[in-house]
Amino acid sequence: MTSNIVEIDNLSFGYKGRLLHKNINMVFPRGKVVAIMGGSGSGKTTLLRLIGGQIKPTHGQVRVDGKVVHEQNRDGIYKLRRTMGMLFQHGALFTDLSVFDNVAFPMRELTDLPEVMIRDLVLLKLNAVGLRGAHQLMPTELSGGMARRVALARAVAIDPNIIMYDEPFAGLDPISMGVICDLIRSLNDALGATSIIVSHDVKETFLIADYVYFVANGEVTAEGTPHDLMQSTLPFVHQFVHGEKDGPVPFHYPAASYQAELFERTSR
Amino acid sequence: MDRTTIDLWVGVFVALGIAALLGLAMKVGNLTSNKIGDTYTVSAAFENIGGLKPNAPVKSAGVVVGRVADIKFDTKAYEAVVTIKIDERYEFPKDTFANIYTAGLLGEQYIGLEAGGEEDYLKNGDKIAQTQDAVVLEKMISQFLYNKAAEPSADEGAKASDEKASNAKSTELGDPPF
Amino acid sequence: MQIIHSILIANLARLLRSFGRRMIERIWRLGAAARLFFLTIIYSGESFRRFHLTLREIYFTGVMSLLIIIVSAFFVGMVLGLQGYNTLQKYGSSEAIGVLVALSLVRELGPVVTALLFAGRAGTAITAEIGLMKTTEQLSAMEMMAVNPIARVVAPRFWAGVISMPILAALFSMVGVLGGYMVAVPLIGVDDGAFWSQMQANVDVRDDILNGVIKSLVFGVACTMIALFEGFDAPPTAEGVSQATTRTVVISSLTVLGLDFVLTSFMIVV
Repeated sequence: MTSNIVEIDNLSFGYKGRLLHKNINMVFPRGKVVAIMGGSGSGKTTLLRLIGGQIKPTHGQVRVDGKVVHEQNRDGIYKLRRTMGMLFQHGALFTDLSVFDNVAFPMRELTDLPEVMIRDLVLLKLNAVGLRGAHQLMPTELSGGMARRVALARAVAIDPNIIMYDEPFAGLDPISMGVICDLIRSLNDALGATSIIVSHDVKETFLIADYVYFVANGEVTAEGTPHDLMQSTLPFVHQFVHGEKDGPVPFHYPAASYQAELFERTSR
Repeated sequence: MDRTTIDLWVGVFVALGIAALLGLAMKVGNLTSNKIGDTYTVSAAFENIGGLKPNAPVKSAGVVVGRVADIKFDTKAYEAVVTIKIDERYEFPKDTFANIYTAGLLGEQYIGLEAGGEEDYLKNGDKIAQTQDAVVLEKMISQFLYNKAAEPSADEGAKASDEKASNAKSTELGDPPF
Repeated sequence: MQIIHSILIANLARLLRSFGRRMIERIWRLGAAARLFFLTIIYSGESFRRFHLTLREIYFTGVMSLLIIIVSAFFVGMVLGLQGYNTLQKYGSSEAIGVLVALSLVRELGPVVTALLFAGRAGTAITAEIGLMKTTEQLSAMEMMAVNPIARVVAPRFWAGVISMPILAALFSMVGVLGGYMVAVPLIGVDDGAFWSQMQANVDVRDDILNGVIKSLVFGVACTMIALFEGFDAPPTAEGVSQATTRTVVISSLTVLGLDFVLTSFMIVV
């Protein structure tokens, strides 16, 4: 048993010759909250899919609990996934099931627990996210923040060792953001799990993360504790952390010279 | 929607479906009249079966007593050999007569059995000796035309005799007395 | 002259190329659909073990389609009765109207119209639902929970469609016959006994009714599978799902009509 529950080694991944990730190395120690940060479209979510075994790496490997994910057969991957929970960006609640049934879903599908016990467990999980009273509502009746909390309760329904969060703070009001922020940290510590957060919200992520990886242009450009990164002088990290408009990541999408384009238009 | 309510509705749905199928089979289809239990097989040779098809009814006095099982062509006798299955409840004398009839002018064709007078009955594998072919419309029409064509001679004969008679009359009446 | 010639050739080449690309795309999709079909069959075990999942889908595809099926069947039957009588009475055989109505319904209209209505009512619902589940990452979430979406989502819907279709088609035929009866007997005054007896004499349980059921079973497999595949294959956008829904109706309808011809030609051979 290694101290790292997830290890990413020399990982490259791309579609049709265009590499999205180049030689990525990351480790996720047990019991820690590790964040992967980067701009939109930098392939952060794809990293989570690679860990979950939904896609196969082009080169390198991802090891979960010492097992190489892409070498597992279907049953092996499913076995690994049973130890993972994932919170999707928009919650991905099953819209045809009630809040209660959503949280009960993984228990009913993956365990043989009696319905009485499932009921107790579901209410326990919902209580942890403060939504026990909303258990008979349908997902469409929930606000964005509430839906995210229900999805969180569902992600931890069968007490996973690894909890993955895909943009947990995106599109939330400040209050809900604070609630989710607290929940991620407290659930991680209560379950003794490892959390992997993919996000671009600097303030909240730095608040709860133990370690942060920065991803840009398919490579890990910086890593360290939030405190280290705040002090970082690397131009990209500085721009990202402080939210500056222009820097190594240009404001303009690559284009021909503005003047030339205007001229071309008038001359035509 | 509660799970039990769904169960109820699906139950109603399936029951409706079974009822509809049964209704189709009993009320629309011929399941009830088509019931032929155990059968025995006899064959009959025809020179021309017209449009007779397998599974066509075999009737006697208008009652369906069996079905056509198979139709083959005998290359030795150049005849059609029709195998028919007859319900075991119905027995027919050995000298039964098999006809191919047409239901209505243009309807489907069926085999009609007319019982003869012998005391022995037809058994499984027997052959019906006396048969009459299907009435083929073309044949009938050509025969009719042939007859029609043959008639004028008779007509002329009649005319001629008429003439003769009238001549005779005229001679009889108009003969000027000298 | 030479220029026109070369432009013509260039356009022709472009046309051929795009046609070829589209054909390859079609064949690729056909292969993907076949793969989904086999996976559905393979993972069907679970949907039988937990039959309430399938029951729920029978409720949504079958029971919810009852109204449209019954109402359409009644009208189709009545129209058949009117038109049939109108033509048959010219030949003095208005009693054969029962045969005409029953045979048209049991052999053709029952299975075919039911399948077309099914594609429009239940097929689109299936495509939209699965497309939306994909768009909102519900299928992805299911996979990450180690639950196979094909076993959990696709297979129950597939079997629900396959079970519902023959039931709906049988209902369509039966209600249609009743509709024809309503027009022919009380309205027009065809003899009640002749209506039924002619029908019974000419509708064969095996050749007509059983073949109708076989047809509707095949249509059930085809329509449901097309709807499921289109939903599964839809691009995860609002536009993608709406286009997939349209495709479900178009492809299902064409497939049903084409299959009907093939099946009929198999069944008619004596």
